[in-house]
Amino acid sequence: MASLYGWLDERLGLEELLEFARHKTVPVHKHTFWYYWGGISLFFFIVQLFTGVLLLVYYRPGPEAYDSVRQITYDINFGWLIRSTHSWAANLMLVAIFVHMFSVFFMKAYRKPREFGWWSGLVLLLMTMLFGFSGYLLPMDELAYFATKIGLEMPEKIPWIGPKIASLLRGGLEVNEFTVQRFFALHVVILPLAFLPLLGFHLWLVQKHGNAVPPSEEAKPVEQRRTMPFFPNFLAKDLAMWLIALNVLAVLAALFPWQLGEQADPTKAPPPGIHPEWYFMSMFYVLELFQGTWGLAVSMGIFTLGLVLWTLIPFYDPDSRNGKRARQATWFGLVVVLILTATTILGYWGVYGKGH
Amino acid sequence: MSSTTKASNVSAEGTGGEAVDRRVFVGAAMGAVGVCYLAAIGYPVYRYLASPVERAEAQAAVTEVTLPEAHKLPRKSALMFKFGPFTALLIHHEDGTWSAFNAKCTHLGCTVKYEPHNNRIFCECHGGIYDARSGANTGGPPPRPLQVYQVKVSETGVVVSKS
Repeated sequence: MASLYGWLDERLGLEELLEFARHKTVPVHKHTFWYYWGGISLFFFIVQLFTGVLLLVYYRPGPEAYDSVRQITYDINFGWLIRSTHSWAANLMLVAIFVHMFSVFFMKAYRKPREFGWWSGLVLLLMTMLFGFSGYLLPMDELAYFATKIGLEMPEKIPWIGPKIASLLRGGLEVNEFTVQRFFALHVVILPLAFLPLLGFHLWLVQKHGNAVPPSEEAKPVEQRRTMPFFPNFLAKDLAMWLIALNVLAVLAALFPWQLGEQADPTKAPPPGIHPEWYFMSMFYVLELFQGTWGLAVSMGIFTLGLVLWTLIPFYDPDSRNGKRARQATWFGLVVVLILTATTILGYWGVYGKGH
Repeated sequence: MSSTTKASNVSAEGTGGEAVDRRVFVGAAMGAVGVCYLAAIGYPVYRYLASPVERAEAQAAVTEVTLPEAHKLPRKSALMFKFGPFTALLIHHEDGTWSAFNAKCTHLGCTVKYEPHNNRIFCECHGGIYDARSGANTGGPPPRPLQVYQVKVSETGVVVSKS
């Protein structure tokens, strides 16, 4: 055993890795809890890879899409469970990512030298939403059909080139089996291929710079700060969190199995009470707020501006001196959280609640 | 977590066989829980992947296939058909008798075919030869005769069954 280890070590440099792992520490303070959420997001992503590959075994894109999902849900042993797990983990992954993002924001972990961690994280979030959007169509039931139909109206409204882009994404002038096929390609090949290296980059940056500490810790002298070894202490806690995440996922997936609606029918109007998924709700509520000719442009403009400001925050609040700018960044974050939460709740109560 | 640190401190001071036992126990318990989790995930995944296998096995339990119109098959010719999930071969010989076999070559599983001009069953993959009446392996690599089915011919068709 020892000689085998020696043989491998000589060729792969295992000792260097172990040395790195031995020296890696995680800061301990009253906000340490928030360090788990990146790992929890990663856990749900791994679940998505695993269950996604399993679904790939029976899913048939194209004209048979609905029937193949019907088979998975009703005929194949435990197919309902695999599908339900994939749907629930998708939602929980977005929850975890949002918690992760806002905790990073309020702990000011985007500051120098961690800007690229912030930016790569934002791109990963947008990609995750694209994963959600493209995956949502694949069962080709009524909700999937209308969500995609409405979602593709967004690029449609881009001045001049919009209709071309939307038609290319659709593979036609309306959602059809070509749309399913190309969304499938996006969902299972293109997005994962783009996502994985970026995720690797994001995780590598964390190893390179270590965990950021919040300003309250920065203020303390170095000798007063406490840490714990990453290996095995923090890793064990990380895995405990993963176990909790797995249990929550299992309970939700098994007790609230994801449903399959009626098959999409382009000649039918949508069912009453149809509404976007929660992670798009805020955006759609704002779209409803600003009506009229310029309504869409205004609301999309607001979202784009918000996203740009959100992206540029490391430049506005770059260093660890807690001055006016740091306070303003915190306020900005609170306002964003408040707006997103309020518009989401209002969306469920207001415009989309009327159907119920 | 704190209890483990305490335990390791105690054992480090050399007063605790008990502390070591506790450590062993916790390790074993965690291992057992881990195995339970793996089983709880592994079992549905296995059954999920095995679904079509289970269906095929149910199909393979078929003991009889009716081939309507097959009684009109000319002499010195053959018909390939499905016997449950398997490919099978029905031969109408020159003298009016019938044979039916599982068409899976016993050598490496290729599908065999009837050669009327040689009056034999031949496997293109590796040159296996079988007797067209009995299915006996008469030449080439096949180690065993073909699986034989029973044939009953009537006015309406042919019934092929497993013995």
